[in-house]
Amino acid sequence: MSKSSCCCSSTHEQTSCKEKNKLERSIIQKSGEIPILSTTLNSQDRVDGWKARWGIGRMNYTIQPGLYGINKPDADSPVLVTANYKLTVDKVRKELMGIDAWILVLDTKGINVWCAAGKSTFGTDELVQRIEDVQLAQVVNHKKLIIPQLGAPGIAAHEVKKQSGFLVKYGPVYAKDIPQYLRDGMKVQPEMRKVHFTLMDRLVLIPMELMPALRWAPVLMLWILIVQLLRDHRLSWGLFVEFVPFLAAILAGSVLFQILLPLLPFRSFVINGWLLGGLTALGLSALFDHSGTLVLVHALLLPPITAFLAVNFTGTTTFTSLSGVQKELAIGVPLMILSILCGMVIQIVSIF
Amino acid sequence: MAMRYLKNVTTLQLDSDKCTGCGVCLTVCPHEVFKMQAKKAVIQDKNKCMECGACAKNCAFDALTVRAGVGCATAVLVGLVKRTEPQCGCQTESSCC
Ligand code: SF4
Ligand code: SF4
Repeated sequence: MSKSSCCCSSTHEQTSCKEKNKLERSIIQKSGEIPILSTTLNSQDRVDGWKARWGIGRMNYTIQPGLYGINKPDADSPVLVTANYKLTVDKVRKELMGIDAWILVLDTKGINVWCAAGKSTFGTDELVQRIEDVQLAQVVNHKKLIIPQLGAPGIAAHEVKKQSGFLVKYGPVYAKDIPQYLRDGMKVQPEMRKVHFTLMDRLVLIPMELMPALRWAPVLMLWILIVQLLRDHRLSWGLFVEFVPFLAAILAGSVLFQILLPLLPFRSFVINGWLLGGLTALGLSALFDHSGTLVLVHALLLPPITAFLAVNFTGTTTFTSLSGVQKELAIGVPLMILSILCGMVIQIVSIF
Repeated sequence: MAMRYLKNVTTLQLDSDKCTGCGVCLTVCPHEVFKMQAKKAVIQDKNKCMECGACAKNCAFDALTVRAGVGCATAVLVGLVKRTEPQCGCQTESSCC
């Protein structure tokens, strides 16, 4: 990872990198010097955002935890709590143009609020400790903290109050609603409470589905290679032609599924994925004019691949539950294995 | 566009006797699972619960229980292989802040 990206993995490097890019200046407070964050993203920030989405050096995008200022904060300015994932901080600060505020960055190991709250690294203990570390009570003369609503799974508001004296106000789900929320005197409109999962939300997630999915390509390639060797006793470029249906199954499970999600007829991701993979297999058979056995082999091999990739999307969706996923997998995984084994056996047997 | 997940799987439970009607669960739930009725919280749409655990964590009166966890297949599978609880090892950039 380039050091110039202002995101370094180790805590020691962070300070020096951070200063290079984001900090315009700092202000002196009783509790010490507090850095000020800019509310505009520069080209480097945008490159970082793009790289993070494509999974390039993702784990390195961290920001030094602690207290930061936005514009010209004073003792009355609101305190917004967030995670130390750089993209998260970027999302928050870019919404705060013209707003004086404090940002309390918790150490979530470079993970966004929602995921970190699930693991409780964005949690009560870290918050209470961080409030003390930065001597927040010295900096502001109020006792309110604004926590993104999606941080709630990690934070017990009543515990924070008990342990630190600060009152947790759950703010809007999305950073873009923060200015409105502040203008309304910290009132959240009902619409701001709801998590949505729009086409755009899903589109930006596709790279992160596609890149890991493509890691299965060599495994599938190997299988085609074995089949080809057994069948033709030599290798040919036909390898890549035979790979096309598998690539299609991968794309169906990591791109098409994500786009079509709200339109798919079933609740279960495995069933929807299987359906999509089945349609892909069928379509390809028609397109390539495949013969009997190959149609059957593809019908057995492709849908489980798509279904498997599809069910992995549960990790990113905003409405799937652990119990549901466990139920799907308990039934789905054995079926996938069975289907793939059958497909493999039939394909091998058909050669001899 | 309401995307819905499996029915009748959530472990969410509300103990009305303990509920004081403080309303915190309505605030923190991202899927409008609760509503207020006769000064108590009631579950209006159980199947929308994603078991995030926000409500149970923030109910100061222990009226809510849910087995919280991430509904993430990778996490569940990794957990199965390693024989631990489901562990979210992925670094997903979900659309939240
Ligand atoms: S948070 Fe607990 S006590 Fe308050 S309304 Fe909900 S269930 Fe009742
Ligand atoms: S666990 Fe999460 S989704 Fe389920 S009811 Fe509680 S707050 Fe809502």
